Amino acid sequence: MLNRRDLLKAAGLSAVAGALPGFAYAEVDARFVLVILRGAVDGLALAAPYGDGNYRRVRGELAIPEPGQAGGLLKLDGMFGLHPSLPGMHASYDKGEALVIHAVASPYRERSHFDGQDILENGASRVGGLRDGWLNRALSADDGLAIALAQNTPLVLRGENAVTSWAPSRLPDADDSTLRRLQRLYANDEFFATRLDQALRSQAIAGSTGTMDATGPRGNEAQQFGELMISAARFLTAPDGPNIAVVELGGWDTHANQGASNGALANRFAALDDGISNLREGLGSAWDGTVVAVVTEFGRTVQVNGTRGTDHGTATAAVLLGGAVNGGQIIADWPGLAERDLYAGRDLQPTTDLRSVFKGILEGHLRLPADTIERRVFPDSQGARPLGNLVSA
Amino acid sequence: MTSKKAVIAANRFGLGARPDELREIASRPESWLLEQLAGPSRLPAEIRDLPDSASVLVEVRDVRKGQRAAKKDGVAPDIVEKYGRVVRKHYVEQAAARYRSAAASDTPFHERLVHFWSNHFAVSADKQPLPAIAGLFENEAIRPHVAGRFIDLLLAAERHPAMIVYLDNQRSIGPESALGKRANRRRGDQQFGLNENLAREILELHTLGVDGGYTQQDVTTFARVLTGWSIGGANDKGRFADGEPGRFEFRELIHEPGAQSVLGKKYPQSGVDQGEAVLRDLAVHPSTAQFLCTKLARHFVADDPPAALVDGLANIYLDSNGELSAVYEALIRAEEPWLETYTKYKTPHDFVISTLRAFRHVPEKPKFIVGALDLMGQTPFRPGSPEGWPDTAQQWGGADALYKRIEWSNTVARVVGSRVNPVELGDAVLGTEFDPETSKAIARAESLSQGITLLLASPDFQRR
Repeated sequence: MLNRRDLLKAAGLSAVAGALPGFAYAEVDARFVLVILRGAVDGLALAAPYGDGNYRRVRGELAIPEPGQAGGLLKLDGMFGLHPSLPGMHASYDKGEALVIHAVASPYRERSHFDGQDILENGASRVGGLRDGWLNRALSADDGLAIALAQNTPLVLRGENAVTSWAPSRLPDADDSTLRRLQRLYANDEFFATRLDQALRSQAIAGSTGTMDATGPRGNEAQQFGELMISAARFLTAPDGPNIAVVELGGWDTHANQGASNGALANRFAALDDGISNLREGLGSAWDGTVVAVVTEFGRTVQVNGTRGTDHGTATAAVLLGGAVNGGQIIADWPGLAERDLYAGRDLQPTTDLRSVFKGILEGHLRLPADTIERRVFPDSQGARPLGNLVSA
Repeated sequence: MTSKKAVIAANRFGLGARPDELREIASRPESWLLEQLAGPSRLPAEIRDLPDSASVLVEVRDVRKGQRAAKKDGVAPDIVEKYGRVVRKHYVEQAAARYRSAAASDTPFHERLVHFWSNHFAVSADKQPLPAIAGLFENEAIRPHVAGRFIDLLLAAERHPAMIVYLDNQRSIGPESALGKRANRRRGDQQFGLNENLAREILELHTLGVDGGYTQQDVTTFARVLTGWSIGGANDKGRFADGEPGRFEFRELIHEPGAQSVLGKKYPQSGVDQGEAVLRDLAVHPSTAQFLCTKLARHFVADDPPAALVDGLANIYLDSNGELSAVYEALIRAEEPWLETYTKYKTPHDFVISTLRAFRHVPEKPKFIVGALDLMGQTPFRPGSPEGWPDTAQQWGGADALYKRIEWSNTVARVVGSRVNPVELGDAVLGTEFDPETSKAIARAESLSQGITLLLASPDFQRR
């Protein structure tokens, strides 16, 4: 009986794989994982500016105790501390393998999740400005294979370059005879043919690492995220696997009962931290050549709303982790929390463009030519200079 | 004899042909659709027998109360488990009712409209206690109004406790309201109470659309208008405890007094009338007409619907003051929906329901259906955001998602075994539009069961 790999060969896929744009197997060690936190993460809770004299006043009951106190922040420097539910991230920071960028925002200045995510992912300066994703546009130049660890490919990876997606299954496999017949049945329908070929390629990798047989209940979204990060590590370390992965985690839209050291948001941070730890462990030595970017569509209001939560805001924090990160630093042109310093009188003022972060990773880590980044990946972004100090030399 | 129009009516407007459906409607596909707008003559028993959302909210609240009381005594885990069990029971019951009635429906176009509008006004079951009432929201707020005036649908949706709770409006407090003033005196300069979520989503997702011409200022003033739109018994005790538990409750105490301007128009009304007046204007706004008709045309014609068709529908919408049945009738009488078959890639929801209908199977174990939809990326009542599920092939077209559909087809085929001839089934449900090449490939399958897998996973059956 044929195995998946034979099946790919039978279809001539292995032979042509290297010739397909965006499908060449990664020969570089550089790996990139984009973690999209959907729902707008409160950057002032992720990395709290406890050294800002206004912090406690504006945050009221959502203010987190200072480092060293019970339930206190995990100290980054005299100004910022990580949320107490992020101990793994904090350990990485101490080891010089994590950095925080604060008061960062995409060019989006309204307050819709959907538009905010659209701009975060399409890489344009306005909603619908581009219909494909910036990471997909980076692919042909990068010659890497990218995978979405999701039931459906998120916008950031959608576009003309072929990508794959994968999520664990609990259903029995179709047998190889059936799959071969489907390949023939799909031969004249490009939409189906390309997707089946991509799926078979993913199954080949997942099958060889044993994640295919994941059975039993999948638990809640937080647990699923932890498992997806294990799978992400397996794909990224497979011999013919991808070198770019996108993983998503929702549940950040904390309009009500957000909590401070404990509570709903704290639990979400814990799930994020566990997932990243899983990825680090799974990558093993490949962690050294990895950059993980943890980003969200926008931040939340500086002040607490009437339902003990926060509403949609503007600037927030982003975190980069991985052995390739020039860690142990906080990149922030801190705008302050006094009322006159706020954007629209209510939000953290953006001082760094999120595209500058992405550009810095593409240039410094994935080695894309500056020209490609400016013209193809992030057109219309002249104001956002790539950050040059994100990746260790 | 069947006809292309019958195939489109049953598979794209309906929920997928049952084996006799194409023959029955062959001579009158349009009138078959129009007759369904009145809805089913009798609601399926499983929907009729569901509890109402108010009683479920009370039940869930009581479990929570017990949970809090128990926590103090340090015995919370049992109660947490009980809460999960109660919520899950309602969720599964409602999902089962939805998919069982869709599988059995004699008015599948009407049923599709129910699902369409329920998705338009999405209350996602990933925020408590929505899993316990999201299906009830569909039946109570959406189902009665899908073929009526849009304003009635809009009012029912925005006033329903599920929407109020989902978008955090029950405790949104006007800063100048009686309670807001008192609280703000206590809390110094901190603004207290306003939550913009419901106002923003009504403008962006339910009526005008994101490019519909409103500003952040409109969102804020509309949020002030909507202060007081709450539910009875929002808290166990105190100022939010009164009102009939689990039902819409207008709270004067937190309503922002005075006139407000939304989209340049001044609304001098007081109380709940002010919000209703804004909704009445939004319902017949040209941006709303354009937004809703684009979504309808995308759902029933093609991912990129013809602009002329959308404009025509929007005009009819406005001329009829938002009479939805007039829009549906115009859509059915238009030429565009009938030109091509297979213009839409089925969502997992479409795929599962059309499979059930093809086999005349009303599942006894709904968990199998819920699990399958979860795996294929469309967990019932759980789109994950108020935007609802997407409606284009691009957004549903993940490679792994297709693989899951193949796996599920294969699982169904194993269950059905050799009891059904897949070529005959293809003829019955795809009629004149069954691709001869697909039919040939199925005929050559090594077993009837494999043939079923090929049929269900074929491009013909995966599209509508």
